Order: sequence, then structure tokens, then C-alpha cells
Amino acid sequence: MSAIWIVLPLAILFAAIAVGAFIWTVKSGQLDDLDTPAVRPLVDDADEHSPADRPAAGADSAPGK
Amino acid sequence: MTTLPAHPAADRRAEATDVACTHCSLPVPAGLVEHGAEQQFCCGACRIAYAAIRECGLDAYYDLRRRLEADATPASASGHRFAEFDDEVFAERHVRTMPDGLRTCELYVEGVHCAACVWLVERLSRVVPGVVGARLDLGRSLVSLVWDPTRVELSAVARGLDRLGYRPHPATQRRARESRKQADRASLIRIGVAGACAGNVMLLAAALYSGMLDGIEDSTRHAFRLLSAGIGLVAILWPGRVFFQGALAALRARTWHLDMPIAIALGAGTVTGVIFALRGEGEIYFDSVTMLVFLLLFGRWLQERGMRAAADSIDLRNALTPTTTHRVETDGTCRDIPTEAVEAGDTVEVRVGETCPVDGVVVSGTTHIDQAVLTGEPRPIAVGEGDAVPAGAVNTTSVLRVRAQAVGAETRIGRVLDSIARLSRERLPVIGRADRVAKPFVIVVTSLAALCMLIWLHRGWELALDHATALLIVACPCALALATPLVTAVAIGDSARRGRLIKGADVFDRMRLCSRVFLDKTGTVTQGRFEVRSISGDRCLVPLAAAVERETPHPIAGAIAALDVSREASEVEVRIGQGVAGTVDGARVAVGKRGYVEAMTGTDCECLTADAAAAIGLGQSAVFVADSSGRCAVIALGDEIREDARAMIDELKAGGRRVSILSGDNPDTVRLIAARLGLGPEDAIGGMSPDEKLGVIEHALLEGPVAMVGDGVNDAAALAKATCGIAVHGGAEASLAAADVYITEDDLGQITDLADGSHRVVRAVKACLTVSLGYNTVAASIALAGLMSPLLAAVLMPASSLTVVLMALGLGRSAARAPR
Repeated sequence: MSAIWIVLPLAILFAAIAVGAFIWTVKSGQLDDLDTPAVRPLVDDADEHSPADRPAAGADSAPGK
Repeated sequence: MTTLPAHPAADRRAEATDVACTHCSLPVPAGLVEHGAEQQFCCGACRIAYAAIRECGLDAYYDLRRRLEADATPASASGHRFAEFDDEVFAERHVRTMPDGLRTCELYVEGVHCAACVWLVERLSRVVPGVVGARLDLGRSLVSLVWDPTRVELSAVARGLDRLGYRPHPATQRRARESRKQADRASLIRIGVAGACAGNVMLLAAALYSGMLDGIEDSTRHAFRLLSAGIGLVAILWPGRVFFQGALAALRARTWHLDMPIAIALGAGTVTGVIFALRGEGEIYFDSVTMLVFLLLFGRWLQERGMRAAADSIDLRNALTPTTTHRVETDGTCRDIPTEAVEAGDTVEVRVGETCPVDGVVVSGTTHIDQAVLTGEPRPIAVGEGDAVPAGAVNTTSVLRVRAQAVGAETRIGRVLDSIARLSRERLPVIGRADRVAKPFVIVVTSLAALCMLIWLHRGWELALDHATALLIVACPCALALATPLVTAVAIGDSARRGRLIKGADVFDRMRLCSRVFLDKTGTVTQGRFEVRSISGDRCLVPLAAAVERETPHPIAGAIAALDVSREASEVEVRIGQGVAGTVDGARVAVGKRGYVEAMTGTDCECLTADAAAAIGLGQSAVFVADSSGRCAVIALGDEIREDARAMIDELKAGGRRVSILSGDNPDTVRLIAARLGLGPEDAIGGMSPDEKLGVIEHALLEGPVAMVGDGVNDAAALAKATCGIAVHGGAEASLAAADVYITEDDLGQITDLADGSHRVVRAVKACLTVSLGYNTVAASIALAGLMSPLLAAVLMPASSLTVVLMALGLGRSAARAPR
């Protein structure tokens, strides 16, 4: 008997959480577009936060529901 | 702001200077250079776009573009009002209201091509107050907008996008896109789950393999094996289920499919594995089984992605056809509404250059309409009050009002689209190369497994079962299943970059089989527009005729006007269907039909009768020119053969294919064109209605597979029926919907490239299939000899897949490439 009986279930649990998180990202539409994020340049906007960050939640999550 | 010139610089390249436009970087025409100014513009549209970007403090776009060294030039504003975007019908079809009162809508945008475009479009909220968010999908040219309806209307948002240089269009087929998105998400989830399962089982397997060497506690070993079985079951029952579903569907349809041997291997591996894991002894193969599921799903996804990209580009092109109609209200004014909102009985206005949206009758105005895409007849037809105008006809001369008799699916063109959908459904699928292997594969593998059982049964059923299972798993056609999708995915992607959009994976197989090719004439082997071919009589009249013709927008007039620019005409009068007259240098000049010209100028054109007859005999149109001083001439115009048409036809013939021309135009003209292209009269089929074209294709199909190349609505049914339908550059919406391949570039060489390329792609697929079958044979022999172990299987399977993947990537790419 060793630490393996604690570590093994824990590892499985973490793996399950990771898979769950992946499924959530897909279902919330974050992986619908695999091409644009690569070219969406990281330009610092002079003023507060860029408006392009916010619509992600508004425009994409809604259609899935 | 200064007054804006009406035409973009492109028309006047000849006088361009080396001053570059601040917005689009194209050369600025000489007349528009503002000396001493910091910013220079080639046209008004660029000036508007630049001003809009500056006003909103988005100048960084230009820096960004410079930094990215994007070579594509930005688009410029069209100045359209987009009033139809506020219409109820539009809102009903395209706009959704979110719970918080904001509205959302997806629009296609023209002209997005690089990171700088993404940056600019997504800052729309600064250009148009009231926009909450804009997110651009570059691959699909689709922007998702969120706006506050109390602060701004959609038409204003659309105008904002347009001012930045990205003209928006309503995104059609929302339901199809939605279901595609759901299917995409489902397959991504399957890949993710399968990958996670495969990874975790492999970790456990690594522990077990090292345990075999260094020793492992029995309880630990047993637990690891049970855990592998558990995770393996998840992989089989969740993502792996698609293979069992595919095999069952094929079984029900009584056909063979590659999913069958895959399902047998997965099923055998899982069942035996679970039994052995529960018993605590015997080999388990869950690492190989889960890896199989992951690799197969990933290969399929790659292939779908390639075809999806082609389908997206075609959707976008379809969306670019105008969807606005000017409806005439009861008070006589025009209102812009979406075309789908027009009803029978409405009166609509069709302006010059626009396409008639309905089947109807002219209520006012006289004009020429161009029906080339509908009938293949390249000459514009004169229409006046009371004449019928079909949907899809292009108005070339002057404003027309039409009372709609049939709209949407009821129009002739709508019925054509319907029949295409039906023909495409009815067409027999070409059974995939890999699926043809499925039948012998299943039979050979299952009998080998049975043989294996028999051979080893004398050593106990556990051992026999173990060896038979090992055989089934290592013989699983994983590499085989990957080969075809990967080669075609790579070839489709490469073709798309070269300007050939391919809709289906089996196009290469279809195209390779075609031993006969039918070509449409107008717009396919010819330019589809009139050019001056010869001038007889008094040549001094040419500059005068050009001056008069410059004043009218008729397509024939354009060809004559292009001959000379030295004179100016005054007092020009146009009689639709007859000709044009005007005063040049004090003399009265008339151009047009003989009777009209003689009447206007009093000059007798008798001496030219023979010349005119000769031109008509050559399939050309003869236009008379005369002036009041008694001089006369005949200008013959014809639809010129494309420069690359002869080379294409010769190459197709060199490849052993019979080439024929199939046209709706006059049979004599078709025969003449065919003769100039080196085709005999038996291969020049003219005077065909769309139904007759379809009949010719159906008849030819009895003798073997045929390919059809065309661009018009009148070709659409034939394109859909042919083994392989190819729509060429500038084709009508209906022909795009019907064809398997769409050539996006104005280059006929693409067709020969496709024909040659399809041979190379099929050869590459065969090479990959041979290699993977070789692997399977070797692995099955080892298993039959009872020498297979889970470790060997775990090495052999990915090795075979990897070889085939690398081969497919290399061969697929070189196969799509033309050796020019």
C-alpha cells in the first residue's frame, strides 16, 4: 500500500476536471473560430481596455443557449 | 471636404502618378494629386474611409498595416444607404434580441483579409456610438455585431462598417451555419475526450510495461488494468460510438464502409480487454484502442475542415449578390427593402447595372437587358413597356420599373435552383476508394481472426482469444482510414489557395473518371462580352462613331467607344433597340441598325450589304455607321474567344478526353467558334435550352462519366447532373450551387490543372493505401504467429499511422501542385 491509492484517484479527478473545462470552452463557443485569434494582434490601446475584448461574451455565448 | 470624384482611379491607370494613396496605397491619378498636401487619395471612397478612421482615433490601423507588411490593399467605401437593414423582414430573418435588450446579428463583410482588418473592424464601437461589440471571424468573413437598438439603428452600423471600407452583406443560410457550428463543436468535444482518454491510458500502460520489466505489485497491476479498462470504455462508448453508428448505418443500407472493420477491431479489443481486465490475466490493448479512436477522429476532422473552408468561401460569394430591391411605393417614391420582402404585384425599380430581382412585366422605361447568364445568348435584348423581364437579367441601359409576377422560388431562376437541389440529391455517390477496400478487408480480417482462433485453440481459449484480438486490433485499418481523408484534405486546401474551391472529397475521383468534357460557350470559352472584330467601309468614321457611342451605356457601345477618345459629340439622342445619333464636328452621325442610320443621316448604305452579311455569317453583329456627308461603314462585333481556351482544349484532348461545346447560342456561331478551337462540327452543339443541355448530359452519361464546365443559370442543371460540374469565374449563383468545383480565378488553365491534379491525387491516395495495407499484412502475420504483444502493437500502430500521415502530407501537397 502506498501513496498511489491517494495520488491515482486525484490524478483521475484532475483529468476529469480538465476534460470538463475543455467541453465547457467548446460549448461556450470559444473554439468556434480557430483562425482569427492567431492574427488578432496584441496591440495596446491607449485608453482603458479594448472594446474588442468585451463582445466575446455577448456575441458568442448567446447563440449556444 | 472637397468635392469627390465619381470614379475610382482604377479606370484611369494610364494617367496614374507615382504618388501613393494614403488609404489604399494604389497610385493616385495625375488629376487628383494635391500638391503640398500630406495625404493623397486616389478616389472619394478612400478619402471617406480615411476620414472615418482618423475621426475615431484609429490611425494605428495604418501603422499596424505597415508593420504587418500586408500586401492586400484595403477596400474603400461604397456609399450605400443600407436602409433595407432596418426593414421588419430583415430583422425577422437575421436579427436576434438578447435578454438585456441589446440586439445581435451576423453580417458578411467584403474585403477583410488580414490582422489589421480584424483590429479595425473590432473597434467599430468607436466609429458608431451605440455599438456594444463587434467580433470578426476572418476565415468566414463574418462579423458578429451587438448593438443597442435605443441608440443606433442597424443601417447606421452597416454604414459605419462601409465607411471603414468593409461593405456588409446579410449573412444567408443562418440555420445551415448554426447546425454546422453544432456539428463542429460536437466533433471537437469528441476529439478532446478521445485525446484525454488515450493520453491517460497510455500513462497507465507505460507503468504496466515498466512493471513487466522491473516488477510490480499484483494489486497495483490489477488496479491499473481495471482503470485502463474503465477509461477505455469511456473512449469507446462516447467518442468512439460514431464508428459503431457508421458501421450500423452501412449495415442497414447493405453497403460496405470502412467503419465496419474499425468497429470490429474496436469492439473485439474492448470486449476481450474488459474480460481479461476483470479476470486479472491476459493481454489488454486499451492503449492501442484509445489511440485508434483519437487518430481516426482527428483525421476526419482535418478533412472536414478543408471542405468546410471551401463551402464557406462559396457561401460568401453567394452572399455578395445584391439582396436589396427598390420597391416603388404608392406615392411613386422608392424604398429600399430586402429582396425577400418583395411580393407578387409590387412594382420594383431596376437601375442600370442592377439585376432584376423578380419575374415581371415592364411598366415604364425602355432599356436593353443582358440575359447571358440565363440563356447563354450574349447579345443584349431591347425591352419596353409590356415586355416580360426574367429575374436574373441585368439592366444595361436605363432605369426600368417592373411589376412583379413571380418572386423568390416561383421565378424561373428559383425553379432552376430547386431542380438543382433535387438533381444533386439524386446523383449517385461515387463510392470512396477506401470504402471499396472495406469489403475484402472485413472478409479477410475476420477469416484470419477465425483461423487464428483455430490454430491456437489447442493451447486454451484464453490464448486463442488473445491472439485473435491482437490480430483484429493490429489489422484495424487506421492508417488506411487516415490516408484518403488526409491526402484529399491537403489537396483541397492547396487547390483553394490556387483558386479552385472544391466542395466534396470525391471530386478528384469523379474528375479523373471523366472521359468527356462539355464546355459552355458564352463566358466560358469566350469572354462573354462584345469586342470589335473588323471594320469595313470608311474608316474615318470610327472616331465619330466612338464619340457618339461614348454617351450610351449599351455594352456594344462600350466596345466601339473604346476605339477612340479624340472627339466629343453633342446633341446625342438614343433610341432603344435602334441606335444612337449625335453631332460631331458639325456633322450628324448615326450608329446602329441600318434602317435607323439611313433615316437619321440620309446616307444610303447599300454598298455595305455584303460586308454586313459576311460578318453575320461569322456569327458577329454588324453595326452601321454613317454621317450626313454620305460616308458609311460597318463595324463587326463578336464575343472574342479567350486567349487560353485553345491551350486548355488541346491539353484536355492530349489527356485523352473528348471535348464538346454545349451552348444556348445560335448553332452556326457555335460551329464557327468550335472550328476555331480545333473541334469538329459533331462537337459543337448549339441552340440548347437548359433542359436540352441536361438531356445531352444525361445521354452522354450512359456512355461514361462526363464533366461539364459552365458559368450560367442555363448550365446549372447540366452542372448538377454531370459526374463533375465545374463553375468558372464570375458564374451565376445557381451555377455555384450546382457545381462541385468553383474556379475563382479568371484562368482556364485551372481546369486542366484540376484534370491533371485529380490523377496525381488519386495516385497519391493509392500509394498511401498500399503502404498502410503493407503494414497491416506484416502486423497480421506477426499476430497470426502468436508473437504480437500489447507493447509491439502500441508501437506498430502509431508508426504506421505516422508514416501514412507524413506520406499524405507530402504527396497531397505535390499532387495538387501543377508542374508548370
